[in-house]
Amino acid sequence: MTRSKFSGIWKKIIQSKLFFPLLALGIILLFDLITVPGFFSFQVRNGNLYGSLIDIFRNASTVMLLAIGMTLVIATGGIDLSVGSIMAIAASVAALLMNPYVLGTDLSANTLKLMTDPHFTYQPLWVVILVTLIVAIICGLWNGLLVAYIRIQPMVATLILMIAGRGIAQLITNGVRIQIFYEPYAFIGQGWIILPFSLYLVAFMYVIAWLLTRRTAIGLFIESVGINFRSSFFSGIHEKKVKLLAYAFCGFCAGLAGLVASSNIKTSDAFNLGRDIELDAILAVVIGGTLMSGGRFSLLASLIGAVVIQAITTSMYAFGVPAFALQAIKSVVVIAVILLYSEQAQVLVRKFSAQKEAQP
Amino acid sequence: MSDKNTNDLLVSMRGMTKAFPGVQALENVDFDLRYGEIHALMGGNGAGKSTLIKILTGVERPDSGQITLAGQEVHVRSPQYAQSLGISTVYQEINLCPNLTVAENILIGREPMKFGRIDWKTLNAQAKEILLRVLEMDIEVTRTLGSYSVAIQQMVAIARALEIESAKVLILDEPTSSLSIHETEQLFTVMRRLKGKGMGIIFITHFIGQVYQISDRITVIRNGKLVGTYETASLPRMELITKMIGRSIAVLDEMSKTKVETSKHISKEKVLEAKEFGQTGEVEPFDLDLHAGEVLGLAGLMGSGRTEMVSLLFGLQTPDSGTLTIAGKKVEKFSPYNSIMHGLVLSPEDRKAAGIVDELTVRENIILALQAGLGWFKHLSTQKQYEIAEKYIQMLDIATPSADQPVKNLSGGNQQKVILARWLATNPQILILDEPTRGIDVGTKAEIQKLVLSLAEEGKACIFISSELEEVMRSSHRIAVLSDRRMVAEFGSEVDEQVIMQAMAGES
Repeated sequence: MTRSKFSGIWKKIIQSKLFFPLLALGIILLFDLITVPGFFSFQVRNGNLYGSLIDIFRNASTVMLLAIGMTLVIATGGIDLSVGSIMAIAASVAALLMNPYVLGTDLSANTLKLMTDPHFTYQPLWVVILVTLIVAIICGLWNGLLVAYIRIQPMVATLILMIAGRGIAQLITNGVRIQIFYEPYAFIGQGWIILPFSLYLVAFMYVIAWLLTRRTAIGLFIESVGINFRSSFFSGIHEKKVKLLAYAFCGFCAGLAGLVASSNIKTSDAFNLGRDIELDAILAVVIGGTLMSGGRFSLLASLIGAVVIQAITTSMYAFGVPAFALQAIKSVVVIAVILLYSEQAQVLVRKFSAQKEAQP
Repeated sequence: MSDKNTNDLLVSMRGMTKAFPGVQALENVDFDLRYGEIHALMGGNGAGKSTLIKILTGVERPDSGQITLAGQEVHVRSPQYAQSLGISTVYQEINLCPNLTVAENILIGREPMKFGRIDWKTLNAQAKEILLRVLEMDIEVTRTLGSYSVAIQQMVAIARALEIESAKVLILDEPTSSLSIHETEQLFTVMRRLKGKGMGIIFITHFIGQVYQISDRITVIRNGKLVGTYETASLPRMELITKMIGRSIAVLDEMSKTKVETSKHISKEKVLEAKEFGQTGEVEPFDLDLHAGEVLGLAGLMGSGRTEMVSLLFGLQTPDSGTLTIAGKKVEKFSPYNSIMHGLVLSPEDRKAAGIVDELTVRENIILALQAGLGWFKHLSTQKQYEIAEKYIQMLDIATPSADQPVKNLSGGNQQKVILARWLATNPQILILDEPTRGIDVGTKAEIQKLVLSLAEEGKACIFISSELEEVMRSSHRIAVLSDRRMVAEFGSEVDEQVIMQAMAGES
C-alpha cells in the first residue's frame, strides 16, 4: 500500500516541470558543497544577510526578471532577442532623466552639485522609474506589433530591435556613458532589506505574472495560442492581442531588469549593458522546461532555470575557472539540458520509473 | 507508339495490400497502366489512392502484392529506385526551389561541370533544350522560377521529373488544384503530347470534369478496395460518382423516424439569412435561409466549395458581396469571435489543425471557446471548469480516463466529441459541422448524427456536411448541393439519391 502511494508521489514529482531544474540546481550546489569551502556560510551585517548563496540569487535577479517575460513570449511560440537592448534603452532613459546635463552645454553649477551631492536628481525617482518602464513597454509593443499584426517571424522581428536598440540607447545619451551618482537609485540594485532588494522585485514580478496568467484566462490563451494558433483562432481567441500582451509584458520585465542592472554598475553603458543576456534568459526558460515551440509553461521553473545558470557561473568562478572559459562550460550545460529534455531521455526516465513501480 | 501494342501493360500492380496500425489502407487492389494512356485514379478521401501511389513510388512497401514494370517484376525499394526505374512523380505542392533559376531547378544535382566549376552556359543551354524537346515550351531559363506562374512552375516540375531518368511512367497528384482554366489547358496539351510518345500517365484529381476531358480509363478505389477499372467513354458521370461515394441499401433506421419527428419542430423563424453572399475565388454568391430546429445538409464533392461556403459564414474570410443576417441582426464584422458572439459556431473539417489544441487537457479544450467569449478577465474558476467538462463528458459519452487527460491521447471520435462539447458549452443557436464524422468508427458516426437531430429538436439550427451522401440524406431536413463552388440546387428531405448525385455532378 505504502509503496504504491510512494510510487504515485514519485511519478508526480518526476512529471512536475520543477523536477529537472531543481535536480540540476541540487547537483550544482552539491558540487559546491564538496569542492568550495565556506560556500554555504552566511554572515549577518547590519541585520542583513550576506554569503555566496545570496550572491547567486542577487546576481541572477536580472536574468530572473527577463525569464519571467521571456517565458510568456516563448509560450506563445515566439522569442524575444531584444531584451538586452531594451535593458540598455531603459538604462539610458533612466540615466538621462536623472542627469540630463550631458546633453546640454550648461556644465556649471548643476554638474558640480551632481558630482558632489548624492541626493541630487533632475527628475524625482518615481518619474524616472515610471517613464523608463513606459518606454520599455513601448519597445515590447513594437515587437508584438511586428510579430502579431505584421506577421514577421519572431526571431527576425525582435532581431530588429536587438540591433537597433543599442543604437537608440546610445542616441538617447548622445553617445555618452552617463555616470549615476544619485544614491536612492543605487538602492534598486544594491540595496538590502535583510535580503537584496532586487530579489523583492523578482518576487513581486513573479506574483504579478502568476496572477496575470493563472488567475485570469490569459495563461490558458497563451498556452492555447502557442500550441495551435489556428484552433485558438477558430475558438474565438484574439490570438494577436494575446501575443501583443506577451511581448509588451516581456518589454516591461526587460525595462525593470535594465533599472536593476544600471543601478548595479551606476552607469548607463549603452554598449555593454545586458549584452548577450537574452541568451541567458532564453536558456533559463528552456531549462525551466517550456518548449521553444510554445505551449505549456511554468514561471517558477523558469526562475529556477535562471538561478541554475547563475549558480554555474558563480561556482565556476569559485572553483577558479577563468572567465573566458565560462562560455564553454555553459555550452556543456546547454547540451546536457537538451539531452535531458529529448524524447529519448524522457522515454528512459519513464522506463526507469516504471521499473521502480514494478519492483515488489 | 506503333512498335508497341497499346494494350501491352506498362505497369501492372496485382493484389496490393497494405495495413497501417488500425486501418486497412489497401486490400487486394489491382491496377494496370498501359503504354500511351492517361489513367485517372479516383476515390474519396482516405480511399487509398495515395497509398497506392506511395507503393508505386517506393515511399511505402506493400504488405503483399506484385508489381511488374514493362513486363518485369520489380521491388520498388525507395523513391530513388523508383526514379531510376523511370517512375516520376509530380506532387500537388511543387517541391522545387522558387529562388533558383528555371535552369538550375531542372538540372539541380546534375549540373554540367567544367574545370571543377559549374558550366553555366552549358547548363542554361541544356535546360532550354530540355524544355523545348520535352514540352515544346520556350521560356527564359535564367529567370528565377518564382517569377513564373504556377502553371509554368508545374511544367518545370514535370520537365524535371521527366529528365531525371528516361521516364516511362508519370504520376500527377492533383496537379490542377491551383491552376486556372487556361493553365490547366496548357498542362493538358503537354499531357497529350507525352501520351503520344507512349508514356503512361496516372492522373489524380477531384475535378470530375477534367477526368472526362483528358483520361482514357478510370480506376475507382473506395475504402481501400478496388471498385473497378472502366473505359472513360463508357462510364457516365453519374455512375462514376455512384461508384466513388458508394451506396449501400441501408435499412431506414430509427434515424429517419426521428427526422420526421423533428421536422415538425422546425419553426418559421429564420435564424440565418444570407443574401447574394459570396467571395471571389472561394464561393460564388449564394442565398441561404436557415430556420430554428432545422438540419440543412450540404452535399458536394471534394473541392465543390462546401468548406469555403461555411468558412465564409463563420467569418474566417471577409465576403466581398452580399449580406449575412443572424437572428435578425446584420453581421458587420467578420471573425470567428464575432460569429461565436452571434451564436454561430463551426466545427472545422480539419480536426487536428483547426479543431483540437492537442497538448491541452480535455477540460481546457471544452471550456476554451466559452472562456474566449468571456474575455481575459472573467475567469472561469477551476471548479466551474470541471463542472462544465464533466457535464459534457457525460452527455456526449466522451471516453477519457479523466477531464485532465491531454486531448491528444483520445481517439479521433472522442476528439470530435470534445470539439462538439466546446461549441455546445457556448450555447450556440447555429452549429455548422464540417465533416464531423470523418475518420470515425461507425458507432460514433451514428451517435454524432443522432446528436445533431436531438440538437435540432431543442431548437438549434444545424448545417451538416459530409462526404458520405448517405449520412447527409439520413440526418438532414433539407439538402443544398454545391458543385464547382456554386450552390446549384436545393432539395427537401424526400428527394431521390439519384437526383442529388446528378446535381453534384453538375448535370442538372
